[in-house]
Amino acid sequence: MPDSGSTQAKAATANGLAAAQETKRQRIRLLIRAAGMLPVLLLLCIGFHYLSEGRFFTGQNLGIVLQQAAVNTVLAAGMTFVILTGGIDLSVGSILAASAMAGLTMSKLPELSALWLPAAVLTGLGFGIVNGALIALLRLPPFIVTLGSLTAVRGLARLLGADTTVFNPSIPYAFIGNGSLTLVPGVASIPWLSVIALLVILVSWLVLRRTVLGVHIYAVGGNESAARLAGIKVWAVVIFVYGVSGLLAGLGGAMQAARLYAANGLQLGQSYELDAITAVILGGTSFVGGIGSIWGTLVGALIIAVLSNGLILTGVSDIWQYVIKGLVIIGAVALDRYRLQGSART
Amino acid sequence: MNDPILEMRGVSKSFFAIKALRAVDLTVYAGEIHALMGENGAGKSTLMKILSGAYRPDPGGEIRIEGKPARIEGPLGGRAAGISIIYQELSLAPNLSVAENIYLGRELSRSGLLARGTMREGVGPILERLGADFLPSTLVAHLSMGQRQLVEIARALHARSKILIMDEPTTALSAGESERLFALIRQLRAEGLAIIYISHRMDEVYALGDRVTVLRDGRLVGSLDKQDIRADAIVRMMVGRDVSSFYKKDHDPEAGKGHPVLSASDMADGLRVKGCSLTVHAGEVVGLAGLIGAGRTELAHLIIGAATKISGRIELEGQPIEIRTPGEALEAGIAYLTEDRKALGLFLDMSCLDNINLAVLGRDAKLGCFLDRDKARERADRAFTGLSIRAANVGVPAGGLSGGNQQKVLLSRLLAIAPKVLILDEPTRGVDVGAKSEIYSIIDNLAKTGTAILVISSDLPEIIGICDRVLVMRSGHIAGEVRRTETAPLTQEDIMGLATGTEHLDA
Repeated sequence: MPDSGSTQAKAATANGLAAAQETKRQRIRLLIRAAGMLPVLLLLCIGFHYLSEGRFFTGQNLGIVLQQAAVNTVLAAGMTFVILTGGIDLSVGSILAASAMAGLTMSKLPELSALWLPAAVLTGLGFGIVNGALIALLRLPPFIVTLGSLTAVRGLARLLGADTTVFNPSIPYAFIGNGSLTLVPGVASIPWLSVIALLVILVSWLVLRRTVLGVHIYAVGGNESAARLAGIKVWAVVIFVYGVSGLLAGLGGAMQAARLYAANGLQLGQSYELDAITAVILGGTSFVGGIGSIWGTLVGALIIAVLSNGLILTGVSDIWQYVIKGLVIIGAVALDRYRLQGSART
Repeated sequence: MNDPILEMRGVSKSFFAIKALRAVDLTVYAGEIHALMGENGAGKSTLMKILSGAYRPDPGGEIRIEGKPARIEGPLGGRAAGISIIYQELSLAPNLSVAENIYLGRELSRSGLLARGTMREGVGPILERLGADFLPSTLVAHLSMGQRQLVEIARALHARSKILIMDEPTTALSAGESERLFALIRQLRAEGLAIIYISHRMDEVYALGDRVTVLRDGRLVGSLDKQDIRADAIVRMMVGRDVSSFYKKDHDPEAGKGHPVLSASDMADGLRVKGCSLTVHAGEVVGLAGLIGAGRTELAHLIIGAATKISGRIELEGQPIEIRTPGEALEAGIAYLTEDRKALGLFLDMSCLDNINLAVLGRDAKLGCFLDRDKARERADRAFTGLSIRAANVGVPAGGLSGGNQQKVLLSRLLAIAPKVLILDEPTRGVDVGAKSEIYSIIDNLAKTGTAILVISSDLPEIIGICDRVLVMRSGHIAGEVRRTETAPLTQEDIMGLATGTEHLDA
C-alpha cells in the first residue's frame, strides 16, 4: 500500500527529527554540565565590572581577588575530597586556627623557627587523621565528629597562645603571605598565596583523576557498600580524605599566619568551614558523594571571592552582602539540580 | 458452607509488557485458613498488594467482599474494605508504644491533643483476647519478633478486619513462638475470621490449611481441599511448567572430577546460616537452590568475608585460608557477583571503564599508585567485545545501561581478576532473555577453562539448565543434593521437594 508507505516514511523522518533534537538537547546539557558554574563566574565578573564603573578588571583588583580566594580555595580543595566520599568536615576553620597558632609558637623558638611551616601543616594533618579515625574506625557520623572537633580544636587553638594574639614580625617565609611571584617584571605578578592555591588544585586533580586512590574516593562516595564488596579498604580511604582536609587546613593556617605575622586562637578562621563547603557545592560536587570535580571547586571559591569583592566595589552595605551571598548560593544549587537531571542519579 | 467473604474473579495485573497475574480467581470463606502457595515470583505478592490497595488491578476483573463489589484503592483501601495484611517485614514503628502503633493513622485526640490514656484503654481488651504478655504502653522496640507480630494482629482486629492476610509469618520466629502463633491463628479462625496464609513451608500448610491454592507464573493452578492436601501434589502444581525450550546443559561425565577448588565446612553466622558445608571442583558448575530466606546469599557472604562467621573453615585448592574481608577473598581469587547489582555492585555514576577495572587498578598501577589508563582502556574494550556489552562507549556511566549490560559490566570486573572461584548470586535477575543466554554461555566457557562456579538462583529452570549438580538449602541448612546423571536429568520436583521439606513428610 503506497499510502501506508508514505506514512511510514513520514513517521521515520519525524522520528529522525525528534532523535536529532534529543541529541542536540543532550549535547547542550553535557556542555552545561562540563562548563559548570564557569558562565556564572564570568557573568558576575562582567556585571561587577560595569556596576563598579570599570574598577573590577584592573590588575590590582584581580590580584586582590585571587589573594582573597587563596585560603578558601585551599580549604575547599580538602573539603572536596571529604564531600566526594559523602562526608563533611566542619572543623577546618578551627584546625586552621590551631595550626596557625602552633606554627607561630614554633616560629618564636630561635633554633626551630624555620620549621614553623611544617609544624603548622603537620598539626593540621594530625587533627584530620583523628577526625578520620573516629569516623572510619568507630563508625561515628562525620557531621557529629567534626562538629565536636570544631569546638574542641577551637579550644585547643586558644590554649596554644594562652588565649592571646601571638605576633612574630620576623617570621620566616613571610613572603608567601604578602609577596608576589613576578611573571613579567613590572607588568604581571601573581601573589604567592594564589600560586600555592593553584598548586593545591593541581595536585588534588592529579590525585583524584590519575591515581588508584582517586577512583577509590569516587567509588566510596558513589556506593559505599559496593566499594566494600569490591575489596576497597573503605576505612583507609576515609582516613585519607579527612587527613587531606586537615593537612590543607593546616596549610591554610600557615598561609594566614604568614600574611598577618600573627594569629589569634579565638578569631582566626571563624566560620571558614561554611565558605569552604559553599565553594564545593557551588562547584557542582554532589552532597551525597561520588560526583564532582576539583575544577568546579576552584570556580566555586572564585565565585565567593568575586562576590565579596564586587559587592564592596559597588558599595553594597555589609549587611546586604550577606543576604545577596546567601541567595546566590541557593540559586546556584537550584541550577545544579537542573544540571544533574540527566544523570544516572540525582 | 456459607457465602464466601472474599471472591476474586478474573483479576489480572500487568506491569508494562509483563503479566504478573493472569485472570486469577480466589474464593475465601469466613472461618477458614486458606493457604496460598507458589514459587518465588509466582504472583503471590502481587495478589496481596492488590488486596491491600497498593496496586490497582487491570480492568476486567472483579473483587467482591461479602457479596458486594468492592473497589480497593489507595494504601488505606484494603483496611477500609476489611482486609489487613501482616507483611514479612513488620510495618511497626519501633519508637512508638504498642497502643500508638495500633492506633497509627487513626489516633484519638481530645481538643487537638493526643488522648494517650483513652488509646491505651482502647487496646486493652484486644491484647487480652490475644493473650498478650505486654502492656499497651510498652515500646515496640522492646518486644520480641513474636510479640511484634501479635501487635500487628491486634492492629488488624482493632480495625475490625474480617480478612487477615499473613505473608510467611514464621520466618523470623522461633519454634515456640511459631507454635503460639498457630494456636492464635486457630483461635481467630474459630472467631470467624478468614485467614489467607502465605507460606513456602509444607509442614505449616499441613498443620494449618483448610484449603490450599497454588499459583504459578501469575496463573491459578488450582485449589485443594483439606483431605486432598498432599505434598507431592502441591509440588507438582507449583513447578509443573514446560522447560523443554530452555537452555539445557548436557550431562558431563567429567564434571566434578577436577580437583576441589573451594571447600567450605561448617559455615555458620548464628542467624540465617546454621552449619553449611560445600565443595566446588575445578570446571564444575554447582547450583545453590532454595527458597527466598533459606540463607543462600548469607552463606555466600560468609564465604567471601562480607559477613562475620561464628564458625567455619575454608580451604582453597587444599590450603586452609582465612578470609575476613571481601578484599581478601578477591586477592585469594574468590569473586562474588552480588544479587543486588545496583545497591551492592555497580557504581552507577562512574564510567563502565572504571567499573570494569575497579578490582585490578592496584595491580595495574604505575609506580604503585598512578592509573595505567591505556591498560584500563584496553581491558574495558576487550570486555565490551568479549561479553558484547552494548553501550555508546566505555566512558558512559554504568547507570545508563540496561539491566543485562549492567550485569555484564559487573561480571567483567570479576573476570578481570581471573578468579579461581566465581560465586554468582542470581546472575540473570532483571536481565532480558538475550543477555540471559549470553551470560549462560559465559558461565559455561568459564567452567570449561577450569573455574569453579557456584550459582545461587531462585530460577529453577535456570539452575537445572546450567548446573552439573545442585545443593538445596532450607532454613539455614544444606537440605540435600541433586545430581545430574546420565540417565536422570535434574528435576524441579526433586529440588522443590528438598527446598520445601516434603521429603520427610512423605516418607
